[in-house]
Amino acid sequence: MNQLPDQPDPWAFLQNHTSARIARGRTGHSLPTRALLDFQLDHARARDAVYSELEQDELRNQLAVFHQPVLLLHSRATDRQQYLQRPDLGRKLDEKSQTNLTGFEDLSGFAPFDLCIVIADGLSATAINRHAPTVVARLTEEVLKLGWTLAPLCLVEQGRVAIGDEIAHALKAETVVVLIGERPGLTSPDSMGAYLTFQPQPGLTDESRNCLSNIRPEGLPYEAAVQKLLYLLTEMKNRRLSGVQLKDEFDDNLLAN
Amino acid sequence: MAYRSTIRNRVYRFDDLKTLLARATPLRSGDQLAGVAAQTAEERVAAQLALADLPLATFLNEAVVPYETDEITRLILDTHDAAAFAPISHLTVGDFRNYLLSDEVDAQTLTALQPGLTPEMVAAVSKLMRNQDLITVSARCEVITRFRNTIGLKGRFSTRLQPNHPTDDFRGVAASIIDGLFYGSGDAVIGINPATDHVRTVIRLVEMMDQIRQRFDIPTQTCVLSHITTTLQAIELGAPVDLTFQSIGGTEAVNTSFGVNMALLREGFEATRALKRGTVGQNVMYFETGQGSALSANAHHGVDQQTCEVRAYAVARLFEPLLVNTVVGFIGPEYLYNGKQIIRAGLEDHCCGKLLGLPMGVDICYTNHAEADQDDMDTLLTLLGTAGVNFIMGIPGADDVMLHYQSTSFHDALYLRDLCRLRPAPEFEAWLLRMELMGADGKLLPVKNTHRLLQAAGL
Repeated sequence: MNQLPDQPDPWAFLQNHTSARIARGRTGHSLPTRALLDFQLDHARARDAVYSELEQDELRNQLAVFHQPVLLLHSRATDRQQYLQRPDLGRKLDEKSQTNLTGFEDLSGFAPFDLCIVIADGLSATAINRHAPTVVARLTEEVLKLGWTLAPLCLVEQGRVAIGDEIAHALKAETVVVLIGERPGLTSPDSMGAYLTFQPQPGLTDESRNCLSNIRPEGLPYEAAVQKLLYLLTEMKNRRLSGVQLKDEFDDNLLAN
Repeated sequence: MAYRSTIRNRVYRFDDLKTLLARATPLRSGDQLAGVAAQTAEERVAAQLALADLPLATFLNEAVVPYETDEITRLILDTHDAAAFAPISHLTVGDFRNYLLSDEVDAQTLTALQPGLTPEMVAAVSKLMRNQDLITVSARCEVITRFRNTIGLKGRFSTRLQPNHPTDDFRGVAASIIDGLFYGSGDAVIGINPATDHVRTVIRLVEMMDQIRQRFDIPTQTCVLSHITTTLQAIELGAPVDLTFQSIGGTEAVNTSFGVNMALLREGFEATRALKRGTVGQNVMYFETGQGSALSANAHHGVDQQTCEVRAYAVARLFEPLLVNTVVGFIGPEYLYNGKQIIRAGLEDHCCGKLLGLPMGVDICYTNHAEADQDDMDTLLTLLGTAGVNFIMGIPGADDVMLHYQSTSFHDALYLRDLCRLRPAPEFEAWLLRMELMGADGKLLPVKNTHRLLQAAGL
């Protein structure tokens, strides 16, 4: 019997040029065992990320450093299965959460706030569990230095991006940052996205938002993300707008630099 | 007009044709999201019973999207061929299913019927079919198209080599092209989804692929899947464009959301044909579609997503495309929730497209938040092989590192060729033999370190 062909193709050196799964070899017409299992592992990690849950206690402990109140909220999507099929429900708070928000609003007396930070599981709670504490801590530190007031930190289960608009509007915040787990890629199960809106209110769509994607050490690193967030938030407040118009100028500035 | 069906003592009422079609559609998440799906399993079958009794001619008198406000409805009704329809004009939708599955139907009768069929008739009959019916009918169709090779012949099966790269890096793209060619992929097209839609990038990618094609004299065509307006600019600037690509949908409003209309598609079609770059034929268009796009753009008019999809095929067939590809599982679980729904939708799209005379391929695919995995793709791939699919995607390791979804790999295509005894397009097959990439038995040959294809890596 010949040696089993679990070895790369002669053009394996081309792998230097791409992250695509080239030159994986073959046995007959099929993928060799190791290459098959490498793929299965990556997919398993992505699947686990979709079904991961926010580590609420751990997150609350890590986020308590600035003595901001933390509100636990939930969308109208009751579970992950419904969340995946009904994006509309993930964009709205359930009744209990709405009551919680209204109750807080009555007591605070500090509104309107400069900024509301919303943390939502999105499609990868793993991304939030790993990356949100550091990014929130650094962002909070920086905006407090600027003298901004902060709405309570909101932690949302089964949330989509637009839920931040309802929350920030109810809390009377001028700007909102939604940190959310992005759809897991095959090799990036823990990418965190950040969506920013000026004068958030229910019913806004993507063109009103600015977005940073792939926040994680292997993508957009924490400190770079925080600096970009600060830049965008400051521009929003100065120019009193967000979304497409701001994006164009941001890109122009980047090009000019 | 309202439609009714009585089951035991319960009367089910369907307010109009689009409601009847939607309620009769096999379960899928997108129709539930749109609020048009049947509420119960019994209501779905009640709708199917009413639909089965509906005369096919009804579809010529009642539009699901208003004629006055939708250019695709106007296209469908204004170009309907009454003479081609005549042989089946007396049939109900249920009769039509019986006819399509009967022994008297073959490729010739189906081809003759095409101009007499509207998308809604085809969508309707597919809703009464099981998966095996969809496969039986598809397998009877033959749709052959040509540019530099011949795609869709019986006993043959082609692949689009999809060498995407996150930053359009030339060496990265070339690496995936070479990988694919060594695995015998690329006879449908070598087609890149560009990471950016800038005309200069598009031109450079078109030129790079054309160089590889000419250098190794590959009998295939290349395409950069940019927006049609970008491709038109590239053509004006003299780029060697083989095929013009565009995503299309089944209502005027969804096409507006894609930034296209019939006039623009015609402009792209005529500009590309004028280049006369085909050697064995002049099918120059490459369209992509997919269930759910109309709902996603809030442009569905209360019509179910499968009917919207088939209406897109009326747009495609006007331009005699080389390739039409339904990207079946890309859109996400809010439209097709799991492997079962993706598999059904893939078979429906393939069958309905073929009935309307289109050279259907399927991007057998899913995203990581869908309840699906590579096993489901194997199932759909195998079923589509038996159904006679014209082409599928070939992506290194089935993992698209630019679009972040999973599709079919070069290995997957080899599996299907071997299992179903399917060969590549004849011109491309001859090239594979000439290049000593494939043996006369159809199996790949071992590659030597000195193979001249490896020179392309230096591009």
